Amino acid sequence: MTSTISGGQATSIPMMGRDEEPTVFELSVPGRVAAQFRTTDVPALADSDLIPAEHLRAEPAELPEIGERDLVAHGTRLTHRQYSVDLGAYPLGSCTMKYNPKLCDEAAGLPGFAAVHPATPPAFTQGWLEMLGALGSVLCEITGMHDVTLAPPAGASGELTGLLLMRAWDEAQGRQRTKVVIPDSAHGTNPASVTLGGYETVTVPSDERGLVDVKALRDRLDEDVAGIMLTNPNTLGLFESDIVEIAAAVHEVGGLLYYDGANLNAILGVTRPGDMGFDIVHMNLHKTFAVPHGGGGPGAGPVAVSERLAEFLPGPLPVQGADGQWAWRTPARSIGRVHGWYGNALALARAYSYILVNGGDGLRRVAEGAVLNANWLRHRLRGTFDIPYDRPNMHEFVASATNIKKAHGVKAFDIAKGLLDEGFHAPTMYFPLIVAEALMIEPTETESLQTLEALAQAFERVAEIAAVGDDELATAPQNTPVGRVDEARAARQLIATYDMRPPG
Amino acid sequence: MGHYVPHTDEELVSMLEFIGLDSLDQLFECVPEALRLAQADFAVAPGLSEFDTAAEMERLARANRGSELICFAGAGAYDHDISSMVRRIGMRTEFVTAYTPYQPEVAQGVLQALFEYQTMVARLTGLEIANASLYDGATATVEGVNLAVAATGRSTVWLSDGLHRRWAEVVCTFAAGTGHRIETVPLSDGLTAWPEPGAEPPGAVVVQYPNRLGCLDDMTAAAKVARATGALLVVAFDPVAAGVLKSPGEWGADVAVGEGQPFGTPMSFGGPYLGLFAARLEHVRRVPGRIVGETVDLEGRRAYVTTLRTREQDIRREKASSNVCTNQTLIAVHCALQMSWLGKSGLRELGRRCAQGTRYTRDALLSIDGIEPLVGAPVLREFAVKLPVAPELVIDRLADEGFLAGVVTDDGAGTDGLLISVTERRTRTEIDAFVATMEKAIR
Repeated sequence: MTSTISGGQATSIPMMGRDEEPTVFELSVPGRVAAQFRTTDVPALADSDLIPAEHLRAEPAELPEIGERDLVAHGTRLTHRQYSVDLGAYPLGSCTMKYNPKLCDEAAGLPGFAAVHPATPPAFTQGWLEMLGALGSVLCEITGMHDVTLAPPAGASGELTGLLLMRAWDEAQGRQRTKVVIPDSAHGTNPASVTLGGYETVTVPSDERGLVDVKALRDRLDEDVAGIMLTNPNTLGLFESDIVEIAAAVHEVGGLLYYDGANLNAILGVTRPGDMGFDIVHMNLHKTFAVPHGGGGPGAGPVAVSERLAEFLPGPLPVQGADGQWAWRTPARSIGRVHGWYGNALALARAYSYILVNGGDGLRRVAEGAVLNANWLRHRLRGTFDIPYDRPNMHEFVASATNIKKAHGVKAFDIAKGLLDEGFHAPTMYFPLIVAEALMIEPTETESLQTLEALAQAFERVAEIAAVGDDELATAPQNTPVGRVDEARAARQLIATYDMRPPG
Repeated sequence: MGHYVPHTDEELVSMLEFIGLDSLDQLFECVPEALRLAQADFAVAPGLSEFDTAAEMERLARANRGSELICFAGAGAYDHDISSMVRRIGMRTEFVTAYTPYQPEVAQGVLQALFEYQTMVARLTGLEIANASLYDGATATVEGVNLAVAATGRSTVWLSDGLHRRWAEVVCTFAAGTGHRIETVPLSDGLTAWPEPGAEPPGAVVVQYPNRLGCLDDMTAAAKVARATGALLVVAFDPVAAGVLKSPGEWGADVAVGEGQPFGTPMSFGGPYLGLFAARLEHVRRVPGRIVGETVDLEGRRAYVTTLRTREQDIRREKASSNVCTNQTLIAVHCALQMSWLGKSGLRELGRRCAQGTRYTRDALLSIDGIEPLVGAPVLREFAVKLPVAPELVIDRLADEGFLAGVVTDDGAGTDGLLISVTERRTRTEIDAFVATMEKAIR
């Protein structure tokens, strides 16, 4: 193919507005009102009759004063300055930016789900409890685990929940272990969660294959190790093929294995963390199960465990009684609540509808499509970038711009910015930390062959621009709503609210 | 079944050929054979069509009879009106299907919306800095405690028993990892009975305003305790009540945390909600999660970007003070839209209407023989009553009559009560019917 027309390339991006959008505060006019209230016929009382004087706010909070029409225009113009999956491909490694079926949005928006107060008696929330129970069961089947909590609202929350489960297990064994092992390719949330879980991080290096160095791991395993956190496939997109041996070694010293589910998309219906020997598994429903990312959340980070850890799960959990009725139950030795209610319930409903519409057969096809697309793209880009671990990968692979940096002085950062001008979102940059000038690429299964080809050609064009050597990419992107953003200045002269802007 | 993997059979063959494989199964040869799952062993039902899936979801949704109850329950989740504008604009696909704004040049929409959100949260709380959201009120409280402990170097936390019990449980859950010593300070007739400073001064003094019984706690006392002990004052505030009450900042808070659900998010069976987080500027480098800052692009045009990134887990790793990565951005955008729509006068009117409905309902209920206030302290938008029968029984009876009567609570000294909340949505007709039904239900 020499050129292609692709549904996943936002070639119309240059049409997006390049004029500054004023803030809602600048659009305000004193006295203008959008708010309306329903007629209630509740007797009106003065503030002074309702609120003790010492508690009464003297001046109203300075919220905007904007009409509904102008506010809608403002919000709409903001969306014109925003890239999204629904606009085009989003090959951000480790983020699984797949298409989110619209069906799931509508399912979660049903009033029967959205209009329920969380403290409603279970007899009146049987649909919710049944749905959560069914979702829990299918997630256990997918991961090969025994029981699950759906409450953690994000992946990092799931990690910390998992580490507290590790602590509870340690304590139940009458011991207090101090260390958790993490590979040098791990996500930053892993070590941060370890610290908050009260453990110390021990890093294990990757070997020349890009996999956990098993010998180095054995050197680090002792009676102080509570467990290991692993992502499999790892952040290089490579399957940890020694996982059975790793699991045996960790279990031998009495440690537990924690599975970071960031990359679960690659193995749906193919292999299961439970079968690999993992004891604790978190899932990112906003990655694998198509809960849309919402610009950074909400997600959902359920945690599934093996049978021996089930009694420590956070509560409450939905359980079905012999009479068929669902109720809430908190396990006997629960670590306690990890969320104010039951987690990001509507996100859970979206994920459940996604699992229903795909089914077991469809989920397997998801994994096949994700792995096929990533391998195809790795082969396709071989001549363009260095591929430090150039062997069969799973759902993602890590390219390196080292060749281009050496030859032309152009960094991965500039390549990424150049790609934005081509109508695609950039890959993840400079991660994992063990690859120099890393470009971590995860096309996902929902991108067509035509989109992959268009993406590859866009990468090639950017590499060609780099090769010209006139520094054009140093000022990329040109065709986006704003040009290259001065990140250093934002940190140096902090303006985190409109009121912190310098006068004038 | 769904067709979200677009490849045709011909394309599958050609793509496999391109990478030197004959079959899809070969893609997984890097997985040890013993670990590969036979399809027959994968007990997940086959996929349904979009329409069959929708029908099953509708069946489950219909089984939630609770969605039709007239809501008098609160306790951190409130039944407020939401402008159609919030749903229509907030659910635009560019907001819904974007990722975290790692490439600011193509994420100005989300970034500017968050900048406006941070500004409004800061103004509402009377503090200088707000972050771009946390998960919910409970987890925001945990982060507030963590900030205070890190800032003071003291791990003892004085937690008012006026904090929602579920939130306090979450604080205790995470304290198992951080090693914080949580000391619950009891309520006396609805107000926190702070102890005299002892040998081990706290790093955080946590008070909820209004508290879990709906009462306006003595904030002067809380601020005094924080000052006297050298602790940071963490105020868990209600953003609707804040429309008419003195702000946490005015009361002397160092950190304000809260539940943002009342602004633009349906009750949603408890989530996704929104953790509000604001602090004094001096604490900015300990603020958890993302912060959006204003800057310029190469041409000097105004632009926004996530900033002070070196605080965050992906850079600071095991030394980070918080592990938050994914947050609740979309809910924050909805909150910003609803706050903008409510506006300066609307926010005040909202708080006032909630207080009026609460007063009217409370007066009517307390005129019934056998119903008494659970505690004596002043209330604003929810209140607790003592009933002559078990509150669980009353909730069940009223549910059968079409009302969600409230949430079971206690006065902190063992007396059970019912916490009743009244929002601007409740009409006089609904309230009168509720009161009449309650009168029968307690006999």
